[in-house]
Amino acid sequence: MSATPDPAYGSIAPGSPQLFGRVYRPRLRVHWSDRVAHAILLAAGAALAVFLLAPLAMILAKSLESRAGEFVGLANFVSYFRTPALARSIWNSAWVSALVTAITIPLAFTFAYALTRSCMRFKALLRNVALVPILAPSLLAAISFIFWFGNQGLLKALMGETQIYGAPGVVVSLVFATFPHALMILVTALSLTDARLYEAADALGTGTVRKFRTITVPGAKYGLVSAAMVVFTYSLSDFGIPKVIGGNFNMLATDIFKLVIGQQDFAKGAVVAIILLAPVAVTWLVDTRVQKRQSALLSARSVPFVPRPSRGFDWAMTAYCALLGALMLAVLGMAAYASFVKLWPYNFSLSLDHYRMGLVEAGLFSSYLNSLTMAFWCASLGTLFVFTTAYLLEKTRGMGAWRPFVRLAAVLPMGVPGMVLGLGYIFFFVEQANPLHALYGSMAILVVCTTVHYYTSSHLTALTALKQLDNEFEAVSASLRVAFWRTFFRVSVPVCLPAVLEISRYLFVNAMTTVSAVMFLYAPGTVVASVAIVNLDEAGDIGAAAAMATLIVATSAVVCAVYHVLQVWLDRRTQAWRQ
Amino acid sequence: MKSMFRRKPGLSAIAVAAALAATGALAQKTELLVYTALETDQLKAYTESFQKTNPNIDLKFVRDSTGVITAKILAEKANPQADVILGVSASSLEIFKAEGMLAPYAPAGFDKLTATFSDTSRPPSWVGMDVYAAVVCYNTVEGQKKGIPKPESWADLAKPVYKGQVTMPNPASSGTGYLSVSGWLQVMGEAGGWKYMDQLHENVAQYTHSGSKPCRQSGAGEFVVGISFDFRGNDVKQKGAPVDLVFPKEGLGWDVESSGIVKATKKMDAAKKLMDWVATKEANMAYAKNFALVAHPEVKPSLPHIPADLDKKIIKNNFAFAASNREKILAEWQKRYGAKSEK
Repeated sequence: MSATPDPAYGSIAPGSPQLFGRVYRPRLRVHWSDRVAHAILLAAGAALAVFLLAPLAMILAKSLESRAGEFVGLANFVSYFRTPALARSIWNSAWVSALVTAITIPLAFTFAYALTRSCMRFKALLRNVALVPILAPSLLAAISFIFWFGNQGLLKALMGETQIYGAPGVVVSLVFATFPHALMILVTALSLTDARLYEAADALGTGTVRKFRTITVPGAKYGLVSAAMVVFTYSLSDFGIPKVIGGNFNMLATDIFKLVIGQQDFAKGAVVAIILLAPVAVTWLVDTRVQKRQSALLSARSVPFVPRPSRGFDWAMTAYCALLGALMLAVLGMAAYASFVKLWPYNFSLSLDHYRMGLVEAGLFSSYLNSLTMAFWCASLGTLFVFTTAYLLEKTRGMGAWRPFVRLAAVLPMGVPGMVLGLGYIFFFVEQANPLHALYGSMAILVVCTTVHYYTSSHLTALTALKQLDNEFEAVSASLRVAFWRTFFRVSVPVCLPAVLEISRYLFVNAMTTVSAVMFLYAPGTVVASVAIVNLDEAGDIGAAAAMATLIVATSAVVCAVYHVLQVWLDRRTQAWRQ
Repeated sequence: MKSMFRRKPGLSAIAVAAALAATGALAQKTELLVYTALETDQLKAYTESFQKTNPNIDLKFVRDSTGVITAKILAEKANPQADVILGVSASSLEIFKAEGMLAPYAPAGFDKLTATFSDTSRPPSWVGMDVYAAVVCYNTVEGQKKGIPKPESWADLAKPVYKGQVTMPNPASSGTGYLSVSGWLQVMGEAGGWKYMDQLHENVAQYTHSGSKPCRQSGAGEFVVGISFDFRGNDVKQKGAPVDLVFPKEGLGWDVESSGIVKATKKMDAAKKLMDWVATKEANMAYAKNFALVAHPEVKPSLPHIPADLDKKIIKNNFAFAASNREKILAEWQKRYGAKSEK
């Protein structure tokens, strides 16, 4: 692995504009607009401290307190581990997550391999189908599998005596839900390979298997680790799936819910939150380390790999991907179909009952509107905050001591499961003494919590785009005494618009589908659609739950289509310079 | 008769409100913050009924399921937000009473209500509104298919023939689950109750979070038998699912949706007005739309699938027992069935 930093990845090489800027710093800093930048960056960091670090600190504090609020040290942990049912959930969560990872990664790797290394047909279509689960709340898979394999499921016969409720249902649903996340990472990893390695191998007459073993896998190694981490973390912290299809199979995420909501035991809830946080934090640390080493993989002299047609292989890959795509659509389609079935399994006639009576007349349509509102604010204000903060971090100077803190706070959310974040929010904002107490139970807190929950990916997207922009823009602007926000609005934002849109779309779709972070935070007036699904399923109204899930998927799909059109249009108008 | 007019007050209320606004009377309105576990549609009807006699008091609701709202109230103990707690299970109100959070008050007409459905202290800290009782939903189609007979008693459900076919709500998260468990412990005695639950546990396929789910699952044929509550059973059968409702002969565990004034309220007069309404016959007639048994003995609801003598089928319930032993019972339940609940 070469240790030479590559300019494309934003490291500072000697002679780069950054250094140029530093030489002239004393003169440049005079401009008062820099102070504005500092003030905003200070505020952004403070916001992350208040809305991320403080709630997490509260969890730690609560875990050491008795119900009455006295400090009891590790007593809660001791009593937790003495309750076998609870301690067992750790093992359940661990092995299920490991199994899901072991199944999803090879499946997704093969799919990604087909997309990047074969000349299979319908690539774009198959890729989009494989990404479909992202549009749905994770619960949709669980609901759908109940209709397929539940006791009255269409394919129950295939199950024999086995019940879908419990570990089997949780595992298959999680595989469905995590697949696209792994796929995206692996596609990126496999596209980053240098074709020269294969050329050299071919010249030496290396066999296919050996090439795969010695070039392909090592090249995608970091992607594989990263994808495995993402899948494992997702499985460990997902709440919706075990809630819907877990039956009596207890996992950590459902335990938190039961302890806090059912038994009003906040202290033990905090203990589980910390247990949940620990392994996730470890995987996250490993991942960040691995990502750092990844950067040297491609150099300016690399040659992109272009797959060559190979009849048999291409057909096999098409067949494999089509099969997986069909399975994905079967899962999605079943939820949609079941949402129209009048009375499963006794009356299969189609009707809008679940939409009309189950949602609208039950007063739940407002929760759908709440979701749209929340998603809108996340996609607009959230994006603005993420991108501005990333810009200030990347393109302005000064406040050297504050920056690492903001950087850390920006990548930390990836390691925090939604349930944990949500719980921290209640602990923190429910306190009367907190000046921000008024936020408790408001729509604003849902928007903030969701934005923070999905902060890291958005931040990294912004950072990647900004790093592609030469720092010289800022240097020149500064030397011409142009305020930074002019450069920001006239250069950075237009040039980075594709990334801005991508962040906005990402936040919108996730706000529509998220369950875990908002599960503890909604007030009666701010129930969102995904929470309504949990409540409907909890009350056994699975038809209406399927209807709401279908509504979310349809909305996310339309929104993605709109973003896509916007993107294409913008590409034509603003991205001509890339050619 | 009355029911014909039930839908109208909405309009007249708006008209009255508009008239009041015109004369500037709105400025003197008091707003009560009410924590409740009632359903949204019920809240609408109850507010209309209440405001007919109290147009100057506005009700602002914070609504959630029993477990959540109880958690919320306890979490806010140091600094209570609510003025009144409306329609939350008596077992929860007993806890609040024990915590000293409630202001005792006997609403006008309280002596007319069935005494066993309210707090036994005088003046009462909480007043009962309506009763919900455990019932068993049995899917006739699946039962026949699988050769599983219709149960008649709680004891029947412990028989091996029901293995893997029973669902019941988890007492830790569901009010219905807890009233069933506390009911068994009271009827069969502590030792007998736990022994029964040990046997029943062998047959339970799932412990659900909500009291509605077991009956809905039974209605959908997912599982043959579901332990649920009367109103949901009636509703599932009404919607056309092939279920029969069973009222086990040993007696049904039950709970009361009840209301009480939060001691810390700064709006005591308005809170008392709301409690007065809770005890009126008119209010009880509004409850009767959703419940088979209400506190006012002269109001006899009729749900098509619930027998009129439901009050004879319920057990003699000791709410103080249910509330003060809640934590202990749940811990024991968790220890016994939580650990081996994986199947």
